[in-house]
Amino acid sequence: MKRVLISGEPISAEVALSGLSDLGGGAVSSFTGISRDDGGVTAIELEHYPGMTESSLMRLIDEAFARWALLGAAIVHRIGRVAVGEPVVVVGTASRHRADALEATAFLIDRLKTDAPFWKKEHYADGTSVWVDAKSSDDDRSSRWS
Amino acid sequence: MTSETCDLPTHVRNIHDAIDWLAGQSPGHALAFQDKARLRFALDQDMVPLDAALGEAHELAIFPPVTGG
Repeated sequence: MKRVLISGEPISAEVALSGLSDLGGGAVSSFTGISRDDGGVTAIELEHYPGMTESSLMRLIDEAFARWALLGAAIVHRIGRVAVGEPVVVVGTASRHRADALEATAFLIDRLKTDAPFWKKEHYADGTSVWVDAKSSDDDRSSRWS
Repeated sequence: MTSETCDLPTHVRNIHDAIDWLAGQSPGHALAFQDKARLRFALDQDMVPLDAALGEAHELAIFPPVTGG
């Protein structure tokens, strides 16, 4: 099972991960990224590159399947305005044994951060907004999977 | 996101060449493309490095480092 979804509506981990536990494996691992109150942020807003976004996420899943013994993988990502406290992204994997699912989940979120065409803007309570700069720490985490 | 369609000169073989050529098209282009290290590229929606050959690709996307997740 391979699932990629870009959603303009609120997402939930329960829906994003549905089916992963029914694939006959012994392990399901997941990561949920949540819009965070960083110094007065009230919401973040995500833009993406339609067309490329889905294919880049599916490519990451294909790469994860090639590297680990996976039974399923899902990536569900919000676009548009996401209020603080709401999920931005859910990544989940299923495997027979836990090591594959745990490592593949870390791989997928680390590589999504540097390889998938999303851009994030932070909105503040005073009405201002700022585009978020990429972090070198994200590059470091992503490159350890090279 | 904005886009334009153009015929690149035949000496433009890789993305590096294409950015240099595009930067010469207007002061706005020059400003947008002045720092290549801060740009990311995709050919036909597949991310590639600055030295990638253009080959037969039809679409070059140029964008800032991504910040999703």
